[in-house]
Amino acid sequence: MKFLEYQAKEIFARYGIPVPRGVVASNAEDISDPPLPCMVKAQVLVGGRGKAGGIKAAESLDETRAVSRQILGMDIHGYRVKQVYLEERLDITKELYVGLTIDRSAREPLLMASATGGMEIEAVPRDQIFMEHVPTMAGLQPYVLRTMLSFLELPKDTGDRVADIVRRSYELFRKEDAELVEINPLAVTRDGRVIAGDAKLVIDDNAEYRHPEYANLDQDRTPLEQEAYEKGITFIQLDGDIGVIANGAGLTMATLDVLNLKGGRGGTFLDLGGTDDPEKVKQAFEILIKANPSIILLNIFGGITKADTVALGVQQALEDMHTRIPVVARIKGVNEDRAKEILRSIGMYATETMEEAAELAVKVKSGGT
Amino acid sequence: MLEFGTKVVAGVTPGKGGATVEGVPVYDSVKEAVLRRKANASIIFVPAPYAKDAAIEAIEAGLKLVVIITERIPFHDCLELMPYARSRECTIIGPNCPGITTPGQAKMGIMPNHIFKTGDAGVISRSGTLTYEIVNAMTQAGHGQSTCIGIGGDPIIGTNMVEALRLFERDRGTKRIVLVGEIGGTSEEDAAEFIRRHVSKGVVAYVAGRTAPPGKRMGHAGAIIQGNKGTAESKVKAFADAGVPVAEYPADVARLLGPP
Repeated sequence: MKFLEYQAKEIFARYGIPVPRGVVASNAEDISDPPLPCMVKAQVLVGGRGKAGGIKAAESLDETRAVSRQILGMDIHGYRVKQVYLEERLDITKELYVGLTIDRSAREPLLMASATGGMEIEAVPRDQIFMEHVPTMAGLQPYVLRTMLSFLELPKDTGDRVADIVRRSYELFRKEDAELVEINPLAVTRDGRVIAGDAKLVIDDNAEYRHPEYANLDQDRTPLEQEAYEKGITFIQLDGDIGVIANGAGLTMATLDVLNLKGGRGGTFLDLGGTDDPEKVKQAFEILIKANPSIILLNIFGGITKADTVALGVQQALEDMHTRIPVVARIKGVNEDRAKEILRSIGMYATETMEEAAELAVKVKSGGT
Repeated sequence: MLEFGTKVVAGVTPGKGGATVEGVPVYDSVKEAVLRRKANASIIFVPAPYAKDAAIEAIEAGLKLVVIITERIPFHDCLELMPYARSRECTIIGPNCPGITTPGQAKMGIMPNHIFKTGDAGVISRSGTLTYEIVNAMTQAGHGQSTCIGIGGDPIIGTNMVEALRLFERDRGTKRIVLVGEIGGTSEEDAAEFIRRHVSKGVVAYVAGRTAPPGKRMGHAGAIIQGNKGTAESKVKAFADAGVPVAEYPADVARLLGPP
């Protein structure tokens, strides 16, 4: 789950991390009392909004409204701006960086901090970044914070505030099941405050059941992806025109890759999972057909999955939806010969291998058979 | 598993103690199963919210091998579980994996039995059905398997590619190794580096997700390109630099292994 800046800052504030005063608005005319002088910030689930013109300063109420009107509805790297966050303007003297992520290889949380904040952390030279793994069972110990502070070379008062913010961020990281907590910049202001200038938060989707309060947040899904998500179907819309459906994430990815090698372009990533339940197969095909592919490529490698049951599900789905979209299928599994018969009887193409299926799909699409 | 020759001596389901399934007695706790039936490994299918509990119960009962099939376990549960297992010298395989199979001997997992054949190729894979696809092609080409480990599609797993490689390098029954990777993380890059330094046996790789868009989680929790990290290009290049041939098509893996 990804969070917009203002949503992340609400959660940060709950953990006692200082954040600037601000109000969110989705309509310029509704703005009545922004914290002037303010910054008007586009709320989108993508980085690089500043460079794209999604962050602007305003001095008065009128100017805040005018600037908000410009930013609302803007397209930032494919994301439409639906909300702006009007935030108190900070008098910043120094920008720091603080981040917590999961290091897969070490299997531990990784704390990163730098006195060079305000730019993407990838652009900061490695020797200017403090990095330390946190042993999960032991937790974040005071010595790590001391080592971090001596690395960052901050005045004592500022350093104490930064350490406190890192401690609170780690608490948030663990309690909220976060994959990423990032404060960039962590701003030091002229009046001595240390405050989160921006806030990035990603929470593990697998932990959603522990955080039901976040279940209805807007994510960066297309309407069709959202529909699939609500039905529990793993589905991603892609740029191509061939509807790809397979079982298992790795095999679905590989099917898209093979299709590409054969000169086709996948328009969907649809993982049917381990099911041969005709109702589930039908639901998956409904989503697939709504994506409006020119042809469907089905690739099933069933272990214990019954191939003929999957084939019957496909037949049922196609008949119920009265679709004329051609289907090229490769189904391996228990009763696969029967599956092929069923598919061919309704005018579908059935092949032995995934390479053949991908090749045939490209050929049929361009009218070659 | 029974059909494959695995000695399944007990099942554990709290509250179902006393029952039998396919002739196998069921107990209320792992400790009981270990005491009464001398179980020495565990395979876990329990739903994600209870998987950490089940794994720790198995570790505390003294088991040194635990396979976790369950998918969608929260990352933070695995952040706690994996170092804990290590501190108790327990090997965990998974989660979100099809398990481990040694053809002719035993299977702890859900892989289809008929695709395997005894042989000398070790298989390490982040995927499920894609592994079946590749193993099936290997078997048809005459390349049997020494052992096949599905290490799992999650970001935090108990046995990673490098650790599995180390085991196969030591295993006398393994003459060659197949790696099935995918986008996300740096396990393939780590593996390539390890192969360059420490692996004497021939390795062949496949990487899924060459056409996957950045920023999207491709079904597996671990399969996501973040920024410029975890791309297929980076992994293919790392393998190429380590002298590991990378198959374009899954079926090519068997061909790249050479004559059986």
